[in-house]
Amino acid sequence: MRIVIEQNRCIGCGACVESCPYSAILIEAEKASINEYCQLCRACLSVCPEGAIIEKSEESDNIEVVDLSAYKGVWVFAEQRDGHVASVAFELLGEGRKLAKELNTELSAVLFGSTEAEAKELIRWGADRVYHCRDRIFDSFNDEPYSQQLIKLITRFKPSIVLSGATPIGRSFIPRVAARLRTGLTADCTALQIDKDSGNLLQIRPAFGGNIMATILCPNRRPQMSTVRPRVMKRCDYEPDRQGEIIEIAAEGLSSNTEVLETHKEASYCKVNLQEAEVIVSGGRGLGNPKGFEMLQELASLLDGSVGASRAAVDEGWIKYSHQVGQTGKTVCPKIYIACGISGAVQHLVGMSSSDIIIAINKNPEAPIFNVANFGIEGDVYEVVPLLIKKIRESK
Amino acid sequence: MRLIVCIKQVPDTAEVRINPETNTLIREGVPSIINPYDMHALEAAIAIKERKGGKVTVLTMGPPQAETALREAISIGADDGVLLTDRAFAGSDTWATSFALYKAALKIGFDIIICGKQAIDGDTAQVGPEMAEFLNIPHISYVKAIEDISESSITVQRMMDDGYDVVRSKLPVLLTVVKELNTPRLPSLKGKMAAKKAVINKMTKESIEAEEDNLGLKGSPTMVKNIFAPEAKKDRKMLTGSIEQQVDQLLEELRRLKCV
Repeated sequence: MRIVIEQNRCIGCGACVESCPYSAILIEAEKASINEYCQLCRACLSVCPEGAIIEKSEESDNIEVVDLSAYKGVWVFAEQRDGHVASVAFELLGEGRKLAKELNTELSAVLFGSTEAEAKELIRWGADRVYHCRDRIFDSFNDEPYSQQLIKLITRFKPSIVLSGATPIGRSFIPRVAARLRTGLTADCTALQIDKDSGNLLQIRPAFGGNIMATILCPNRRPQMSTVRPRVMKRCDYEPDRQGEIIEIAAEGLSSNTEVLETHKEASYCKVNLQEAEVIVSGGRGLGNPKGFEMLQELASLLDGSVGASRAAVDEGWIKYSHQVGQTGKTVCPKIYIACGISGAVQHLVGMSSSDIIIAINKNPEAPIFNVANFGIEGDVYEVVPLLIKKIRESK
Repeated sequence: MRLIVCIKQVPDTAEVRINPETNTLIREGVPSIINPYDMHALEAAIAIKERKGGKVTVLTMGPPQAETALREAISIGADDGVLLTDRAFAGSDTWATSFALYKAALKIGFDIIICGKQAIDGDTAQVGPEMAEFLNIPHISYVKAIEDISESSITVQRMMDDGYDVVRSKLPVLLTVVKELNTPRLPSLKGKMAAKKAVINKMTKESIEAEEDNLGLKGSPTMVKNIFAPEAKKDRKMLTGSIEQQVDQLLEELRRLKCV
């Protein structure tokens, strides 16, 4: 598929130039043309008053098709740190169960390192089978042995879908696996669906720095691979008596040019503990200065919650990165999320929109944050928040 | 030390907005910038060159106008620039992009390749690790400090969810770096002069000797099915009345949710 501009219909008005998020359209000799920056996003199609911009599909455009029917099953890569399986793995099993059911196939987990007890936990959280490689080489995370082993497993067992957490580990080594297997990888998905007609995986993620959502397909290659944001998918029910198969896999012929010399845990991370908090009070550019966060901290303490922030506030240096919620920060889903002076760019919204109840306080009634809020207050945070603090104090 | 820094020219996405009436992106007046994370990659490379000697080459793939990004990087301290530009690269996803960059890196030669952790327009963070796999070299992602560097190895701090790891790698290696690593310097007057005079080396699909099947749309396993605006919540409610009345209503809701 290509986006082309029919030169005889183009009037050189430039409407498409403005619509292109990638600067891929230029006006030359009073006609628009599309260059290599085009990402086929189709943003320009609807803006052309002459209908001169069209999609053109060509047979030769497509990548060579593999034998799709040879690939079956849904896999979840279950990452571990210090032997403990990360909670994102259990969330992915919840989502993987749904996908496997729709495709009428099995759900498997892949575990490198860790223990048999943890492998059994994966079964209780929904896996039918666990491929477990217990070799000590996997105790600490090195990209090369992790990717070499996963490439071997996928080549041997041919799953149709492989999901992994969009964590520092998953986002680092999974791309190597996709590169070697000559298949597609969609980063940081926030929703997954099965296309009813083709059975393809629809991978939904924020695009253009998070201003809009995109659905990505990998129609001709297998497996279909995605990394998925933690805290977006829901776990399924824990079944203590659930039975499944654990297949021990040997680690052979692995090598690593990297070596982990030390591991440091950050104390501040534990104290913030954003992803576990039931209430989060978050601040953005609208606070105007770092002092605003002291006020939010006070409100958060009254509600037994934690303090979050938008990228804008972190970039201003008002609060540490460990508090950042959104596409490049943490994804959270507390019971209550109070957004104070946050306009609500999509890259922030993807990090918090699955919260149960969202309360937005903003001066600008047009702020996109109100589109996802259950309750909105149009007003100055410095007027609203102190009043709220006062009233909560009085009622205690 | 032969250093390659991969950069990308991106729209300053902080400035991109959606027109709520037409649901299209408004790009008018949005400047093109060097991806901010790549500025930290460039700074890291220049700092290594200052300590160990060598040469810093900036590499980008894009349309002809991406040359301005290369010249900006030279004004900051890179020695030369390579522009990978060809119609055959159009519609590349991360696989096809990494493949073309890998072929170009082979032609240039390197001991260390440094990339920003991700580009702010795509936010995938995949091109660096994929390049490393094609090149058959190790990589370390999310580098936040460089502790030590010798002729044959490098020791860095890698950011993790719960803190950081100290990781040593043999050379050659590819690093992807985060903002915490350093503070990028500004262009110098001497650098600006050099940038004006610099000859940008242009590479095409022929000069990197890449098979057409691996490039552009044809080389890309993924495709964009559609784009859409994020959904609004259905049960949303704007509170009304004076600020005090609104706060009272909110407090009532918080009580109902057993939060107060």
